[in-house]
Amino acid sequence: MTPQDATHGQGAPAASAENALGGDHYLNHGRGVWSWLTTLDHKRIGVMYLVSILAAFLLGGVFALLLRTELLTPQQTIMKADTYNQMFTLHGAVMIFLFIIPGIPAALGNFVLPLMLGAKDVAFPRLNLASYYMWVAGALFALISMITGAVDTGWTFYTPYSTTTSASVISMVFGAFILGFSSIFTGLNFVVTIHKMRPPGMTWCRMPLFLWGLYGTAIIQILATPVLGITLLLIIAERVLGVGIFDPALGGDPVLFQHFFWFYSHPAVYIMILPAMGVISELMATFSRKRIFGYTAIASSSIAIAVISFLVWGHHMFVSGQSNLAGMIFSFLTFLVAIPSAIKVFNWTATMYKGSVWLATPMLYALSFLFLFGIGGLTGLFLGALATDVHLHDTYFVVAHFHYVMFGGTVMGFLGGLHYWWPKMFGRTYSERWGRLAALLIFLGFNITFFSQFVMGSQGMPRRYYNYLPEFTAYHVVSTLGSYLLGLGFLIVMIYLIHSLARGRPAPANPWGAATAEWQTASPPPHDNFTSDPMVDDPYDLERWRWDDRLSGYRLDAAAARPAGAV
Amino acid sequence: MGLSSIQGDGGGGFWLPRAASTGAGPVDALFYFILAISVIFFALIVGLMILFVVRYRRRAGQGAQASPAHNTLLEITWSVIPLAIVIGIFAWGFKVFMDLATAPANAYEVQVTAQKWSWLYTYPNGHVEDVLHVPGDRPVKLVMTSEDVIHSFFVPAFRVKRDVVPGRYSTLWFEALQPGEYQVYCTEYCGTGHSDMLSKVVVHPPGGFEKWLDNASNILNTLPPAEAGERLYRTRGCIQCHSMDGAAGIGPTLRGVIGTQRAMRSGAVVTADENYLRESILEPQAQIVAGFEPVMPTYKGRLKDEEITALIAFMKSLKSENGGGQ
Amino acid sequence: MNLASSHGEAHDPHLAHHFPDAPTQFEAGKLGMWIFLATEILLFGGLFCAYAVYRANHPEIFMYAHQFLDKVLGGVNTAVLIISSLTMAWAVRAAQLGHQRALVRLLSATIALGFVFLGIKYVEYEHKWKEGLLPGTRYTPTAGESVSATAPAAPDPAPAAVPAGEASSIAHAARGPAGLAGEPADSQSPAAPAVPRNVQIFFGIYFTMTGLHGLHVIAGMITLMWILRRAVQGEFGPRYFTPVDLAGLYWHLVDLIWIYLFPLLYLIH
Ligand code: HEA
Ligand code: HEA
Ligand code: HEC
Ligand code: CUA
Ligand SMILES: [Cu+2]
Repeated sequence: MTPQDATHGQGAPAASAENALGGDHYLNHGRGVWSWLTTLDHKRIGVMYLVSILAAFLLGGVFALLLRTELLTPQQTIMKADTYNQMFTLHGAVMIFLFIIPGIPAALGNFVLPLMLGAKDVAFPRLNLASYYMWVAGALFALISMITGAVDTGWTFYTPYSTTTSASVISMVFGAFILGFSSIFTGLNFVVTIHKMRPPGMTWCRMPLFLWGLYGTAIIQILATPVLGITLLLIIAERVLGVGIFDPALGGDPVLFQHFFWFYSHPAVYIMILPAMGVISELMATFSRKRIFGYTAIASSSIAIAVISFLVWGHHMFVSGQSNLAGMIFSFLTFLVAIPSAIKVFNWTATMYKGSVWLATPMLYALSFLFLFGIGGLTGLFLGALATDVHLHDTYFVVAHFHYVMFGGTVMGFLGGLHYWWPKMFGRTYSERWGRLAALLIFLGFNITFFSQFVMGSQGMPRRYYNYLPEFTAYHVVSTLGSYLLGLGFLIVMIYLIHSLARGRPAPANPWGAATAEWQTASPPPHDNFTSDPMVDDPYDLERWRWDDRLSGYRLDAAAARPAGAV
Repeated sequence: MGLSSIQGDGGGGFWLPRAASTGAGPVDALFYFILAISVIFFALIVGLMILFVVRYRRRAGQGAQASPAHNTLLEITWSVIPLAIVIGIFAWGFKVFMDLATAPANAYEVQVTAQKWSWLYTYPNGHVEDVLHVPGDRPVKLVMTSEDVIHSFFVPAFRVKRDVVPGRYSTLWFEALQPGEYQVYCTEYCGTGHSDMLSKVVVHPPGGFEKWLDNASNILNTLPPAEAGERLYRTRGCIQCHSMDGAAGIGPTLRGVIGTQRAMRSGAVVTADENYLRESILEPQAQIVAGFEPVMPTYKGRLKDEEITALIAFMKSLKSENGGGQ
Repeated sequence: MNLASSHGEAHDPHLAHHFPDAPTQFEAGKLGMWIFLATEILLFGGLFCAYAVYRANHPEIFMYAHQFLDKVLGGVNTAVLIISSLTMAWAVRAAQLGHQRALVRLLSATIALGFVFLGIKYVEYEHKWKEGLLPGTRYTPTAGESVSATAPAAPDPAPAAVPAGEASSIAHAARGPAGLAGEPADSQSPAAPAVPRNVQIFFGIYFTMTGLHGLHVIAGMITLMWILRRAVQGEFGPRYFTPVDLAGLYWHLVDLIWIYLFPLLYLIH
């Protein structure tokens, strides 16, 4: 029993429900491994996803550190060329397909989305569990591929290399195919849930921005992923049956594959970033203790990004020999899609103005996001411009660009969200001091690792190079040392989070004073999410939440609370 | 952060390597323009961020101050200004790209063949080399194709890059500013030897190129067969896979092969005589040496009879270290 | 602890606990199905794009090769699927009206028609197989005089899986013909102008498109069998027929895709 239990009957809705790990909650509602494996509870599925994708992240990260170690010297350092080629392929494929695409939507989104809606679950709980098992099956196929020779094609699987190499491509491609369908079904579930299960008080214009981000993401998942599916099937058909659609020797066109691939994979980069942007919107508002600036602009820019993102895939192919007209159109649209991101960045910055900025760990990640995604996005402009992309394409400049947006953007958003919802998920708090230290280490390590890559890239260092010319050694050494620092940062995160699970102080229902519905139930929430209907009118009215020392969390101030519907 | 001021005279700058072609200047100008824009906006955003974090830091007993939750004018401003800027960047990038898209009519044409993992350059007179020699006083146009998978031809100093696709021709052109040697990379991932698929562009001073070509295309007549064979061995890409020092690479070393018994994958054992060597070059898939992959491309139609003879002469001259061989 | 359930009143056994009422649940199911159908269309969309690209660039291949498809069998199959759509729609109606026996019969008829379709498809495939009209490297026509310039002359004895390493058809491929780009000048074969080069591309597209469609027919039939089982047990009626409705939607989609495939592949002018 914890002191927090003494908060019964404050009159405020659920905010002070009984709690942290005392009575019955979703984590102990039904015991045993089996009750987890067969659960239909979105929260448990979210937690299973979380554990799985973190394992994938660890694996991908280990591959990354091995890569960096190999690149310490211009010649062979610790592995052979073929091993290196498999290593970066696996690193890319694991990070993209297993970690970052499902990362925020399937793990955090699954947990938070129904809670934010004040609902009991997503629309199709069985499908949700099926998505999870499809993830597992996809991961198994990827593992089989790793054991039976591993792919060495790069995560882009370009033909005709991928259809002719002797590495074990089929199982990896099939794994990615299944993962694609896992992602489609998650998206489908979210769209239907958001459409059909919003509570009466929540109009589209009062939907928390995280949900807008997930909604935009889901649209892309539904519309783009099937094309990846067919593309991957065609690779398999090429390899098994020799169909020849991509094989120039049989009259096929290898570049057509690139169009198909990027038709999915460009929108996919926004599948990665939109949910992170949603998280950042929540964090910026909560930790500035202030209404988010420009709600409408942020929400609609998510949808704008989702729509335009379908029309820019050709910017990955400026030097592949597509027509100049195509190059022009794709370049133009690429610049267009940058504007909604810019709008969001300005709105987040403005949110802090006259706020009361609270530098808790999640906020540190949000600020890192602003800094790093700024760099990553701005370097996208170099790549979007035709003339400069010719020089920069397939150099380390591109590698640096996408790590700045994916790591500096999405992973920072993920870490921010993880630290933000952690107390809600597990009912325990982590050490703020270690949290801030690790955030700082990760920020520093990240910049050291990847900023040097911008410089060597624009100097002409090509990517996917096992050997390199001695003149690039200094940059590579700096980058490798940075990556060790980064690894250390993550190690700390891992340790204190695990420690928190076992020993962390019980968390209050609303540690941050946020106004979205998930904070109105206990931490961790009960099996059915809410014991009484939460208020879902205005997700950014932070005023009515007051700090309460007895709770060491926030409490709804009945006096400040306006009657529902009077916003 | 360094801007164009850092760009030195000969050696290149912090960001970009030395600009050595007529096309590089405009590209660099655009690069530095985008860099400047980026630095300005980045400084603005991060500056404001730091300012707000410090100025509006959370203090005990003090919440957020009242401030508007949106401001239409401000929001339109910060949408329209970046929009105008990026459209400007787009137009500039497109213009430079188009200016460089079509080769001038007087360009000197060289055929480029990419294969795993070497570049071969065929001159109009039929001469083939693995180093690209070009005249320094006129534009050069490359007509490129690949024998196997996709490769990509990249010369950083010229700011040019183009994918080389099997089954079709792609072109690229440049005009060098000064004579010298410039690095060529393969920038489309193509397998084991991708990072070794390097080559050089040698830009000759006026008049030097023709002289070089005359000499180089005549080796079969001017040099003894074994020496000519060695040149071919280096220039036709054999050296990419077959070392001359006795170490196995992608293919077996060819030092001291002649006259030995070769074990094949099929289990057969073959004596490496002249006919075997010849067949290995023309029909490499016919017999696969044990322990190696069947990745050697055929040279049928790509090497003349005399050239094969010269190659064989050269291979025979490669005695194994311990005096073995023949 | 008492998790007071909000679905307190009369329990509808088909209402999941997280939905407020049956109409919402029905609408959610329907929306979900429509979205799923959209993803299916997009899946085929990729193939239709590939078709369009090759057809635009090499119309002669399509003109030539489509003659080898059997218009009569294809036409019969189209009719079979259209009729099966009809029986399916009728079955949904029967479920809504609670006509139990009609429902079971109509579902069975739909499934049977699915089998007819697959049977005819099998006959067609077998003809192609015998005539060597297969995709890619396996294209070894026995019928016509057509021999593609680049396809190897001997039939490939290898089983379905391409043995690792041996797969490199690429290494021999000096200057293959181009897909999107024009034909390289030096590899034109002057002979046999009537038979275009790279006919195997058509069969590659034919087999992937009809093959993927066939898989969807099979998936649809499995779903219908499951629905049939539930129908036999009397689960459906005017109050609850969502699964029949959704399976019907899926079956119509499969039908619709064929209606596009048939003219695109069989009826080329
Ligand atoms: C999370 C993923 C993510 C995101 C969000 C982005 C965002 C962007 N990307 Fe990136 N990109 C990748 C992931 C991502 N990218 C990956 C993985 C690859 C490589 C794949 C591979 O080859 O393996 C890639 C490659 C890539 C290329 C191809 C490069 C090449 O191979 O030659 C291009 C070219 O146009 C590009 C452009 C852009 C642009 C313009 C944006 C824009 O959306 C960025 C918008 C953001 C901003 C502009 C910054 C914020 C705004 C301000 C600070 C205000 C000021 C703004 C202005 C003045 C405009 N990206
Ligand atoms: C989400 C995407 C993602 C992420 C996060 C990363 C992370 C890292 N990546 Fe990258 N990378 C890619 C996606 C990603 N990468 C892709 C798509 C490619 C292209 C592949 C291709 O060319 O085909 C690529 C390629 C790539 C290259 C280029 C290889 C080449 O071209 O030759 C390099 C080289 O330095 C590199 C390095 C790194 C490093 C050092 C990290 C580090 O930041 C990693 C640090 C992480 C860890 C050390 C893991 C720690 C984790 C735990 C301890 C688990 C527990 C955690 C918690 C509880 C929070 N990556
Ligand atoms: C892409 C790599 C590659 C290139 C380029 C290449 N070879 Fe080879 N070569 C191989 C491999 C691998 C083998 C062993 C397998 C086999 O027998 O095909 C081989 C085998 C041989 C053999 C038989 C060797 C023995 O040990 O019995 C000879 C002779 C040979 N190559 C000559 C040449 C010549 C001459 C050239 C250039 C004109 C050349 N190769 C270019 C990869 C290559
Ligand atoms: Cu050739 Cu990379
Ligand atoms: Cu992109």
